Amino acid sequence: MSWTKNVLRVNLTSGTCESEPLNMEWANKYLGQRGLATKYYTEECDPKVDPLSPENKMIVATGPLTGTAAPTSGRWSVITKGALTGAIACSNSGGFFGAELKNAGWDMIIFEGKSAGPVYLDIHNEKAELKDASALWGKSVWDTEDALRDIRGDKDIRCASIGQAGEAQALFAAIVNDKDRAAGRSGVGAVMGSKNLKAIAVRGTVGVQVGDPMKFMQATGACNQILADNAVTGEGLPAYGTQVLMNVINETGALPTHNASDVQFDGASDIGGEAMTTPRETDGKANLVSNAACFGCPISCQRVSQMDPNHFSVKGQPKYHDTSGGLEYEAAWALGAATGVNDLEALTYCNFICNEYGMDPISLGSTVAAAMELFKLGAITEADTGGIALEFGNAEALCKICDQTGLGEGFGKEIGQGSRRMCEKYGHPDLSMTVKSQEFPAYDPRGIQGMGLTYATSNRGACHLRSYTVASEVLGIPEKTDPLSSEGKAGLVKAFQDATAAVDSMGLCVFTTFALTLDDFGPMVDADLEGEWSAESLLEIGERIWNLERKFNNEAGFTAADDTLPKRLLTEAAKTGPAAGKVNELGKMLPEYYELRGWTPDGVPSNETLNRLNL
Amino acid sequence: MVKVLHIDAGQCTGCHQCEMACSYHHEGAFNPSKSRIKVFKFKETGRNVPYVCTQCADAWCLQACPVDAISVNAATGAKEVSADLCVGCKVCTIACPFGTINYNSISTKVDKCDLCGGDPDCVKVCPTPALTFIEAESAGMDKMRHWAQKTDAGNQALSD
Repeated sequence: MSWTKNVLRVNLTSGTCESEPLNMEWANKYLGQRGLATKYYTEECDPKVDPLSPENKMIVATGPLTGTAAPTSGRWSVITKGALTGAIACSNSGGFFGAELKNAGWDMIIFEGKSAGPVYLDIHNEKAELKDASALWGKSVWDTEDALRDIRGDKDIRCASIGQAGEAQALFAAIVNDKDRAAGRSGVGAVMGSKNLKAIAVRGTVGVQVGDPMKFMQATGACNQILADNAVTGEGLPAYGTQVLMNVINETGALPTHNASDVQFDGASDIGGEAMTTPRETDGKANLVSNAACFGCPISCQRVSQMDPNHFSVKGQPKYHDTSGGLEYEAAWALGAATGVNDLEALTYCNFICNEYGMDPISLGSTVAAAMELFKLGAITEADTGGIALEFGNAEALCKICDQTGLGEGFGKEIGQGSRRMCEKYGHPDLSMTVKSQEFPAYDPRGIQGMGLTYATSNRGACHLRSYTVASEVLGIPEKTDPLSSEGKAGLVKAFQDATAAVDSMGLCVFTTFALTLDDFGPMVDADLEGEWSAESLLEIGERIWNLERKFNNEAGFTAADDTLPKRLLTEAAKTGPAAGKVNELGKMLPEYYELRGWTPDGVPSNETLNRLNL
Repeated sequence: MVKVLHIDAGQCTGCHQCEMACSYHHEGAFNPSKSRIKVFKFKETGRNVPYVCTQCADAWCLQACPVDAISVNAATGAKEVSADLCVGCKVCTIACPFGTINYNSISTKVDKCDLCGGDPDCVKVCPTPALTFIEAESAGMDKMRHWAQKTDAGNQALSD
C-alpha cells in the first residue's frame, strides 16, 4: 500500500524531530490527508486553543494516493485551527511538494510548540532536522526557495514556505510551495509564522508503492481516459484554466462586484480567460504563455503568465518580467471584479505578489474591496490609508495596498486583519463579505442559491471548495439544477460536501470531480489500500469527516447563529442579470439541511448521528 | 525499422507521469528520482523539457565500457546495460555527452533507458503528444511538414 506508515513529529519548542507509526485504525476510518489529519488534530488540540499560540498544532498531511500514478496525485494539505477563522482549517495545495514528502517516506508532519528563533525543517528521506533560518527570515517565498536550493546545493529539493505576510502574521497569510502553488485559505501561513517556522525543504528518493499494482494501473488508466474525454477536464481547463468561468459566471449574474454591491462586472471580459490569451495592445504578446501541470496531473489547468514589462506595476523590476503562476478565476475575481479593477496586468502583478509574499488572493481582494466601500462612505480616509486613494477601479491603489499588505506595512496592516475585523473597527460590520470571518469567493449566492448554503455551512468559513454546487447549478454536472431556485439545494450541498471531503482525503484534486465520481475513485483506492473500498465506503467516510469538523467547531464556540451570510446577500436584491430581484434564500435551505444531516435545529450533530457515523 | 523515443518539449506540461511509469517499470515503485527519463522545469521561461537517452547508433557509453556490459538489443536498437556484467565503474557516465546514463547507488550499477523492451511505458502514460515512439527515419517529418506549410515558396507555387 502507498502509506509509508511514518509520521514525523516536530516539536519546535524543544527542537526535536521524531518518527512514530501512522495510526492505521484512524487511517481506515478517516482515509488520509484532510480526514486523517483532522482526526489527529482534534485528538491532540483543545478546541478553544488560540490559533496563534504555541499550544496550537499544525499538521502537514498527504493522502494515500499522493505521490502515486493516480491522476492529480500531487495534493497535500495543512490542517490546523485557522488564524483568520478560529475554525478548523484545512488548506489544500498542489504542485510537487506533497509528492516529494511522500517519496521521502513520510505520510504526515505534526508541528507542535514554538521555536525560540526562526527555523526551517530540512528533510532528506528518513533524515529530518530543524535548522537555523535567521538568514531566511525577511525573505519572500521566491527568495527563500532559491536560498534553500543554494544552501543544500540541490536543485531538486521541493519547498513550502511563508513569505513576509506569514512572518507578519497577516491573518490570511498562505503557505506557498513550488513558488506559486498555495495552501491559501484560513490563515495557515500566519499559524506557521507564529511558530517561527519559515520553511520545509524536502528531498525524497525512497519511492511510493501501491497494494496491487496491476489493478491500480488499470483503475488509473480508466480514470485518465475519462478525464481526457471530458469537455471540462480535457478541453476547458487546459485551455483557459479556471478562468474559463469569468464570462460564464458574469452572464449568470453571480459575479460579486464592488464588494458585492452588484452581481455583474462590466469589465469581466477584460480580466477573464479569453483576455489572457489575447495579444496585448502594448507589446503584442498575450498574458498567458502556457498551461502547466501539478505532479501527476493530466488536466494541466495551471496558468503560466508573463507580464508586459512596461506595465506601471513592474517597470524596472526584472524579477517580475519572467513567467510565473498566472491568474486563476478566484484571484482574478477577488483582485478584479470585487475591487472594480479591470486592468489584467495589474491583477497579474497582485497575483505574483500573493505568491511572492504568501497571501490568499481571495481574502486579500475581498478585504481591499470592503476597504474601498468604507473609503467611498468616508469611514476610511486618506489620513488612514497614508494618502492612497482607495477608490473602486483604482489599479494603482490596488497594487500599492497589495504590496503594503504583503510586507505588513502602512494601511496594509489593517487589510491583513481580514475584512471582518477591519469592517468592525471602522464601524460597518455589515460590509464584510465573510462567513465565520472568512471572505467568500467568486460566486454570488443571490445568483447561485446553493452557494449561499455552501458558504453558510462550510466548516472552514466561506469557501467554494467545500461543496461546489456551481458544477450542478451552472455547468450541469452531474445534472443541471436551477441556480435561482433554493429547492433541493440542501440535499445537493450535503452530497457535494461529503463527496468532496472524501476526495480531499485521498490525496487527489477536487477538479477531477468534474469528470470522475466516487464510483471511479473507489477502484483506485481499493487497489492500493488494505480492506474493501467502494463508492459507498468513501461517501460514508466523507460524511464522518464533515461531522468531525463540525463537532470541533461547535466545541470551539461556533453555533447555528454563525451559519449565516452577510446581510447584504439576504436583504439587498441583485440589481441586474438573470438574478435581478433575488436575495439568497438561506432561511429556506438551512433547516432542511440540518435535518438531512441528522443535526438538531440548533445545528448540533445528534447522538444518533454521531453513533451512526462511529464518532 | 528502428523506432525512437521522440520528444516534443513544447507539448510537455510537466506532470511527471512519464517518470512515475519509468521508475515503476524498472524499480517497482513510483519514484521520479530513479526514473531514466527526466522532466526539467525552467520556471523563468515557463518551459518543461523531458530528456532521455536517444540510443546513439555508435554509442559512447557502449564504446567506453571496459567490461562490455552494454550491448545493442537487435530487435529494438536500445543500448542495454547487463546488470550481471556491469561493475559500476561509471566510465560510461563520463563518456555519455548527454548525461542520460547514471549510477544507481542502491544497485551499484548504472541505469539507462532500455525502451522497456520496445514498448516504452512513458509514452503510454504521457497525456499530451510530448512523448511518442516513432520510426527513426521519419522523426523529423512532422516538423518538416509544419515548416513547409509556412514557406512562401509553397504558397507561391499554389498561387501560380
